[in-house]
Amino acid sequence: MTATTLEDADRRKAWGFAAPALLWTLAFFVVPFLFMAAMSLWKREGREIVRVWNLDNYARFFSENALLQGLVNSLEITVIVTVLSVLLAYPLAWIIAERVPKRFQRMALILAILPFWTSYVVRSYSWLLVLSKNGVINQMLTGLGLIAEPLEIASTRTATVIGFVHFFVMLLTLTIYSNLIQLSPNYRRAAADLGANAFQTFWHVVLPLTLPGIMTGAFLTFVLCIGDYVTPQILGGNNELVLPQIIMLQLGRRADFPMAAALSIILMLAVTVAYVLCARWLKIERA
Amino acid sequence: MMQSVHDGAHLRRFFSSVAAGAIVAASLISVPAPAFATEELNALVWCDHTDPALVEPFEKANDVKVNLKVYEGTGAALSILDQSRPGDWDVLVIDGVDVHRAIDLDLLAEMPADALPTADIFPEVRMEANNTKDGKTYAVTEKFGYNTVSYDKSKVDPKDMQDLSVVFSDKYKGRIALYDYYLPMIGLAGLGLGKKTAELSEADMPALKEKLAEMRAASKQVSDVVSSQTALATGEVDILVGGGEWITAVLSADKPNLDWTIPEQGAVRWAQSIGVMKDSAKQDLALKFVQYIVSPEGQARLATSSCYWAMPANSKAGEHLTDPQKAALRFNEQAEYLKKTQLYPIPSTELDQQFQDAWTEMLQQ
Repeated sequence: MTATTLEDADRRKAWGFAAPALLWTLAFFVVPFLFMAAMSLWKREGREIVRVWNLDNYARFFSENALLQGLVNSLEITVIVTVLSVLLAYPLAWIIAERVPKRFQRMALILAILPFWTSYVVRSYSWLLVLSKNGVINQMLTGLGLIAEPLEIASTRTATVIGFVHFFVMLLTLTIYSNLIQLSPNYRRAAADLGANAFQTFWHVVLPLTLPGIMTGAFLTFVLCIGDYVTPQILGGNNELVLPQIIMLQLGRRADFPMAAALSIILMLAVTVAYVLCARWLKIERA
Repeated sequence: MMQSVHDGAHLRRFFSSVAAGAIVAASLISVPAPAFATEELNALVWCDHTDPALVEPFEKANDVKVNLKVYEGTGAALSILDQSRPGDWDVLVIDGVDVHRAIDLDLLAEMPADALPTADIFPEVRMEANNTKDGKTYAVTEKFGYNTVSYDKSKVDPKDMQDLSVVFSDKYKGRIALYDYYLPMIGLAGLGLGKKTAELSEADMPALKEKLAEMRAASKQVSDVVSSQTALATGEVDILVGGGEWITAVLSADKPNLDWTIPEQGAVRWAQSIGVMKDSAKQDLALKFVQYIVSPEGQARLATSSCYWAMPANSKAGEHLTDPQKAALRFNEQAEYLKKTQLYPIPSTELDQQFQDAWTEMLQQ
């Protein structure tokens, strides 16, 4: 066999392996996405959905403050949650990877992700009970005499952020931990040989090398958080709407699928921008 | 495909926040059925129909397995039907104000009027204008209730609750939850303006927005059924505007301090209807199911379903309810309540859009 024939065979084999995944993506992402994009350019008139290309739904989004504010709220909450989750998850992952003896690491990880095993919805309602005026936190604080009046936490943005962070810290802990344990101890030894102290080693060696794990987790957090409906709905008390809540509002009674599709496209654009920013940043760091 | 998707009404009592993220994937609940049921009946319903205590007697009596799919919001129901094959569904439970939408889509079959206990149904909730068209009956009211004021009587003065204007004032500021469904809430805002729900129009929008803003300013949160119940039960709030017996009755045994009333200005009434699907191949069995649901026994079970309690449409259901159940539902006070309440607004699609926009604006304030 010639080299060219072998290359062709390899290429065919590669396509063969990739084909199921590509077909899956085509059928369950690309086609639905194109359908959704097309629908976002239609319009609901009265009870009918009119298939005439127009940008009315997008124009409405940018002209109505209540809708635009939904995107702003989504972005603000997502950024806060992502940053807090990274700040909390990194030390936790580091402790598990570096300070917990090897034989207990699996157990520590299981404990860290244990809350994943309960229903997301049930967990959110549980937080509502914990954060309420007569909840555990307020009872503890008033019992200790630290506060005279219960804090208003439930049904606020703070409650939404707490619910999100609790969930995403677990996710980030996993991605960062997997990055940390792959790090060869030789890097730290080399840094120490060159006179770096513990902080310098962490700052100049460990942190940059674990950035891919952080960014992967942060991006996942961003994507899942910005598209989430349940947590803000249960914990936020509808005191501000995020974009997924506004999307649901279009569907619940009025079944305004074109407007919901347009809002979903806008949400996807926000995710795309986040991806581009993450990808670029990672590339620079690696260079 | 999608051009036939029409308006739908939102279910107020369903566990909206739980299921809203998965409208199309709403749960398919199969209640235990006779081991060798010879037939199956598929019903698209609200969550109160999934109580085995309601469905099992019918299944046993008719040797049938009833498959129940719960949906949230008429919009979602019509989408599910749009994506189903003709004949997939035999029975539909739908918001009383949306029956005509289903009729216009040719979804519902005509039911023989004499097969239904119309005379036993409270006159105010027969809703002929909604359930019939051109003299033909397509649906029958099965359950109703009120979007009014629920409260914790140990925390607020019950006398204050007789005056709807208190929810627009500062008296209980920060202690109020608003029920998250714009139609009845706009109806209540209209009542606050002294307007009848049926007469609300585009011209009222500025005043309605102002009233909604007042309501919002006095409230702590805007929440769905579960969150509202949780907030009232845990003392997070003391008043729920838009609540009613369907919020407090189910909690009456554990939380006797929770109560509800209809203020002097009145309140908004909701109703749900049931009908047979036109393309069902089991018309007789489907009608039999409808007849069971609106029978006094079926009505008593539906009224006290584990998902939510509310008034049975059939006045004879009282014979099958216990005294505590009747007390929780205020069964004996219905004559007065029905007089004081109005069906919630049924806006045109254009006005509906304005209502929804006003509600969205209010939520973002």
